[in-house]
Amino acid sequence: MMEEAREGSLSVSAQTIRVTEAVRDGDALTFIVISQKLSGSGEYHVARTHEDFQWLQQCLFSQEVVPGILGVIFPPLPAKPQLNAPAKVLKQLGFLAMGEDWRMYCMALETYLQQVAAHTTLSKNKCLENFLTSSEPPGHQRARKGIFNRLSQAMEGMRKEGHKDVDDFFQTERDNNLTLTGCSKSATERFIDVVLTEQKLAVACGHFSTALHLCVEQEEDSAVLAFSKICVKLSEVIDSIKRNFESVAENNLSTLGLGLDLESRCQEAEKEMLYRRTCKLVELETASRNAERAKPVKKAAMDELKVAAEKEFDHVSGVAKQEIARFHSTHVELLRQALILWCEKQLETARDTSFRYSQHLQAFKGLGE
Amino acid sequence: MPRIVGCTCTPLFEPMATSSERSPPPFPEDLEPEPDEVGDQDSDDGEDIFLGTDNPLEIKMDPSLSASDIANSTKPLSEASSPPVMDLLSEPASQASSAPMVDLLLEPASEGSSAPMVNILSEPASEASSAPMVDLLMEPASEASSAPMVDLLMEPASEGSSAPMVDLLMEPASEASSAPMMNLLMEPASEASSAPMMNLLMEPASDDLKEPPKPDIDPLADITNDTPLSEVKTPVAAMPQEPPSDLFDDEPSELFAEPRQSNTAKQQQTSIFDEPDEDLFSEPLGEASKKPQNDFFKEALAPVAKASNVCGPLSDNYNEHPTDIFSEEAITTLPSAVSTVSVNSKTNGVHSDEEEPDIFAEATVELSLDSPRNDRKKKEAAKPSASAPAPSVSASASKPQPKTLEELEEEVEDKFELNISITNPEKVGDGMNAYMAYKVSTQTTLPMFRSKTFTVRRRFSDFLGLYEKLSDKHTLNGYIVPPPPEKSIMGMTKVKVGKEDNSSAEFVERRRAALERYLQRVVFHPSLLQDPDVREFLERDDMPRAHNTQALSGAGFLKMINRATDSLSKMTIKMNESDVWFEEKLQEVEAEDQQLRKLHIMVDSLVGHRKELSVNTGGFAKSVAMLGSSEDNTALSRALSQLAEVEDKMEQLHQEQAASDSFCFAELLADYIRLLGSVRASFDQRMKTWQRWQDAQNMLQKKRETEAKLLWANKPDKLQQAKDDITEWEAKVTQYERDFDRVSATVRKEVLRFEKEKARDFKKQIIKYLESLLQSQQQLIKYWEAFLPEAKAIA
Repeated sequence: MMEEAREGSLSVSAQTIRVTEAVRDGDALTFIVISQKLSGSGEYHVARTHEDFQWLQQCLFSQEVVPGILGVIFPPLPAKPQLNAPAKVLKQLGFLAMGEDWRMYCMALETYLQQVAAHTTLSKNKCLENFLTSSEPPGHQRARKGIFNRLSQAMEGMRKEGHKDVDDFFQTERDNNLTLTGCSKSATERFIDVVLTEQKLAVACGHFSTALHLCVEQEEDSAVLAFSKICVKLSEVIDSIKRNFESVAENNLSTLGLGLDLESRCQEAEKEMLYRRTCKLVELETASRNAERAKPVKKAAMDELKVAAEKEFDHVSGVAKQEIARFHSTHVELLRQALILWCEKQLETARDTSFRYSQHLQAFKGLGE
Repeated sequence: MPRIVGCTCTPLFEPMATSSERSPPPFPEDLEPEPDEVGDQDSDDGEDIFLGTDNPLEIKMDPSLSASDIANSTKPLSEASSPPVMDLLSEPASQASSAPMVDLLLEPASEGSSAPMVNILSEPASEASSAPMVDLLMEPASEASSAPMVDLLMEPASEGSSAPMVDLLMEPASEASSAPMMNLLMEPASEASSAPMMNLLMEPASDDLKEPPKPDIDPLADITNDTPLSEVKTPVAAMPQEPPSDLFDDEPSELFAEPRQSNTAKQQQTSIFDEPDEDLFSEPLGEASKKPQNDFFKEALAPVAKASNVCGPLSDNYNEHPTDIFSEEAITTLPSAVSTVSVNSKTNGVHSDEEEPDIFAEATVELSLDSPRNDRKKKEAAKPSASAPAPSVSASASKPQPKTLEELEEEVEDKFELNISITNPEKVGDGMNAYMAYKVSTQTTLPMFRSKTFTVRRRFSDFLGLYEKLSDKHTLNGYIVPPPPEKSIMGMTKVKVGKEDNSSAEFVERRRAALERYLQRVVFHPSLLQDPDVREFLERDDMPRAHNTQALSGAGFLKMINRATDSLSKMTIKMNESDVWFEEKLQEVEAEDQQLRKLHIMVDSLVGHRKELSVNTGGFAKSVAMLGSSEDNTALSRALSQLAEVEDKMEQLHQEQAASDSFCFAELLADYIRLLGSVRASFDQRMKTWQRWQDAQNMLQKKRETEAKLLWANKPDKLQQAKDDITEWEAKVTQYERDFDRVSATVRKEVLRFEKEKARDFKKQIIKYLESLLQSQQQLIKYWEAFLPEAKAIA
C-alpha cells in the first residue's frame, strides 16, 4: 500500500476541490466532495464521512517511507462533528459548529482537502487520489496503528515542550509558535463571543420587532392610528437592525471567523510538528548519550542507532525548515485573504444598512402627525 | 387654563354659571335627537317663554340693546332648553310657589335630564352677572349649529382648562351652598309669585338694570352666609383700594382654600386662582368704589351696545368651547351656521362674551397672574374676525372657523414658547446626606412668568414634591398627571459614595434626562402649566424642602399604583359602563401597559446584548493587538494592530449605541409605563366618582322609601325631616352625577391628548434614534474604509 501510495500524482486540480454540502444520515454526516479532473472536463463526486477523512489523515501520517515525514506540518483536520451533541461539545468546534447546515464545517473540510492536495509531499499519496476519486468509500480496513498512535503515546508520556533546542532557529520558532498559538486561539474565542453576541442581538431584535407588531391596534382614532403606524414602522426599522446583525455575524463567520479558526488550527499543527521534531531531538540526544556511555561491546550498535537517529533528525529538521517557511507565507496570505474579504463584506453590509436606515429615517420624517 | 369666559361675576354667581356649564354631559344624551328640530323650529316658543329669562341679562349687560336684539338673543336659550324643559319651566312659574319650584328642580335632576332645566333656572337667578348667561348662551350657540351636540357640549366641559375651573367654582356653591342656590332660584319666583314666568324673570332683570352692581352683592350677602365664598368676598370688598395684585399674589391659596375645602375633594387650584382673581377684582372692586375698574366695566359694555367690536368676544368664542368643538367635530357648525337662529345665537353669545374679555383683559394686565395663553389666543383669534360687524361675523365666522381653529390650535402648540432644560447635575454635600442638584432653566415668552429666562436649582425630591402637589390637586378631576422618575436608592447610593465611575455618571445623566422629560410633560400640559405650584417650581429661588416624598417614590410608588389599579379593575366588573368608549379604552390601556412592559424587557435585553457586544469587541480588540504584536510578518503585524484600533473604536461605537438604545427606547418606554399608570389612575378616578354617584342614588332611594313609609304611617312630624333629607340627597345625586360626567369628559379629553402626545413623542424619539443609528453606521463605514487598504497592504 505504501508503495502504491507513493506513486503518481493527483489526477484532480487542487483548487477545484469543493465540499458542497453535508448530508445528514442518521447520527452521521456525509460530505459531498466534488473535484475537477485535470484531464478533460469531468468532475468527481464522492460522498465521504468524517471517518473517511480521518482515514486519509492517518494515511498521510503513516507514510513512514518518506524521509522526514515528521517534519511536515500536516494540514489540520477539523475535529469530528457531533450531531445531537451537547452544547459543550459543540463549543469545542468553535466557528465550525456555527452557521446553518454545517456550512462552516464543509468549508473547513474543503480547505483541508485543498491544503493536502496542494502539498508537494502529501499530494503524492495514493490515498488522497483514492479518497477524491473512488466512488467506493476508501480503506475500510481499520487504519493502521501508525505513528499516529505512537504520537499520542509520546504526547502522554513525555513533556518535552520545554526542551532546549540545539538550533536557534527552531528555538525561536517554537517560542513564537507558542505565543501565536495562544494568541490566535484567544482571538478566535473572543471573536466567537462577538459573533455569538451579534446573533443574540439579531434574535433579540427579531423578538422586539414581532412584539412591536402586537402593539398595532385596529382603530380609527387618529392618534391611535398614528401610533400604530409608528409601531409598524419601528418594527421595520428593528427588522433592518436585525438583518444587519445577521449579515454582520454571517460575514464575521464566513471570513475572519473561518480564517482565525484555520489560523489557530494551523498554528496548532505547526506546534505538533515542532513537538514531533523535539521528540526526535530528544531521541537523538538520548542515542548519542547512550553511544558515549555504551560499553565497547555495544558501542557499534549504539553508534549505528545514533547515526540513524541523527540522520532522521536531520531529515525532519530539513523538511521542517521548508515547511515552516511555506507555512509562514501561506499563513500570512490566508489571514490577508480573510481580512480583505471580511472588510469588503462588512463594508458592503454597512453601506446597505446605512442606506436602509436613511430610508427609514426619511419615512419617519414623512410620517404625518 | 384661562377659559374665563363666564367668570367676570362674583364668585357666588360663578358657581351658578358653572352649574350650567357642567350640565351638558348628561343633557346632550337626552337631547341628541333634537338639535335639528331645535335649529329649525322653536325660535318663537323660545321667545315666548324665555324672553324674560334672557332679558334681564341682556338688559343688564347692555341696556341700549333694542327689543329685537333681545328677542334674538333669547333664541339660543330656547334651543338649549328643548321642549320638555320649557314645560318644566313654565309649570313652576304658574304655580308660583317656591316649594314646588325646588322640587321641580330636584326631581328632574334625579331623572338625569335635569341639567338643562337647572341651568335655565339658575340663569335668571344669576342674571345680575353676565357670566352664567354666557355659558348658557355659548352652549346653545354651539349646539344650535349642528347635531353632534353631545360632543360639542361634552368637549367644552372637559376642556382641559376651562371646565375644571368652572366646575371648581361650581362645587362650593352647589355643595356647601346648595341651599343658597335654591334660594336664589326661589327668589325670583317668589317675587313674581303668580305672574307668568316671563314677568317673573323680567323683574329681577329690571332690578339689575337700575343698579347693576348691587345684585352681585345682595344675593351674596343674603344667601351665602354659610358659603365659604362669602368669606372670600369680604376681604376683597373690604380693601378695594389696595392693588389687587398684592392681594392675590401673596396669598391666593389662603383666600381660596376655603371654597376648595368645601368640595369633597381638593380641586384644581389653578382655576380657582385664575378665576376668582378676575371675578373679585373686576366686579366687586368696580362696584364698591366706582374706580377705574368700574369705568372699564362700562366701557366694556359700550361696545356691546354698538355690537361692532366683535374681536374680543369672538376670539373667546374661538378659544373656548368652539375650539374644542371644532377640533373634535370640525364639520358640525357648518350646516346650521347659515340659519338665522344660529346667527342670533352667535350674536348673543358674542354680546354676552363681549364684556368679559375686556374686563378680563384689564384684570390680566393688572394682576399678571392669569392666563397669558388666553391673551395670546385672543390676539391670534382676533385676526380672522377683526373688523366685521358682530352679527354677520359670527354667522360667517362660524364657517371658516373649523379650519382656522384647528390651524390656530396647531399654531398655538407650535409657538408654545416655553423651553425647559435641566443641566449641570451637581453633587451637594457629602456622605449619605449628599444629593444631586439640577439646574432648571426656563426660557419663555409667556407673560405669566416674571422674566424671559430664569434658572433655579432643584433637587430630586423637589421634583417628587411637585408631582405630589400636582397629583393631589389634579388627579381627582381625572387629569393625567405626568409622573416623575422613580427614586433609585441603588443609583443614588453609588453617587453618594462618590464613585466617579461610568455607571454613576450614566445614572446621573439618565436621571437628568428623565427629569427634563418629566418637567417638559408637565409644562406642556395646558392645565398643569397654569398651576401656581408649577410656576413656583420654575421660578422661586428658595424652594421649601419637599417632605414625605419617600413614600411616593421608587418601587413602592409603582406597586401602589399597581395595587390600586388591580383592586379597581375588579370594580370595573361591578361598574355597569354606560359608555363603551371608556370600557374599550381602559382595556386598550391595560393591554398597552402589558405590551409596553414586554417591549421594555426586550429593549432591556437588547441594550444588555449591545453592552455585551461592546465588551466582547473590546476583548477581541485586545487579543488582536496581542496577535499583532507577536506576529513576525511586519505587514500583517501592522494590519493587525490597525485592526485592533478599529475594533477599539467599534467598541466605543457599540457602547454609544447601547446608550442610545437605552436612552431612546428603554427610557421612553419606562416613561410611558409610568404614564399609563397615571392614565389608569384617571380611569380609576372616574370610576370612583361613578361609585359615589351610585351610592348617593341608593341613599336617595332609601330616603324616599322612608318618606313613603312615613306618609303611610302618617307621621307628619318626621315627614319634614324626611323631605329635607330627600332634598339634600337629590342635590347630592345631581352633584355627583355632574362630577361623574365632568370627570368622564376630562378623562376622555386627557386620554385623547395623551394618545396624541404619545404618538408625537414616539415619533420624535424614533427619529432621534434613527439619526443616531445612521450616524454610527456611517462612522462604521468610515472605519471599514480606512481599514481596507491596510488589509490589502499585507504583503
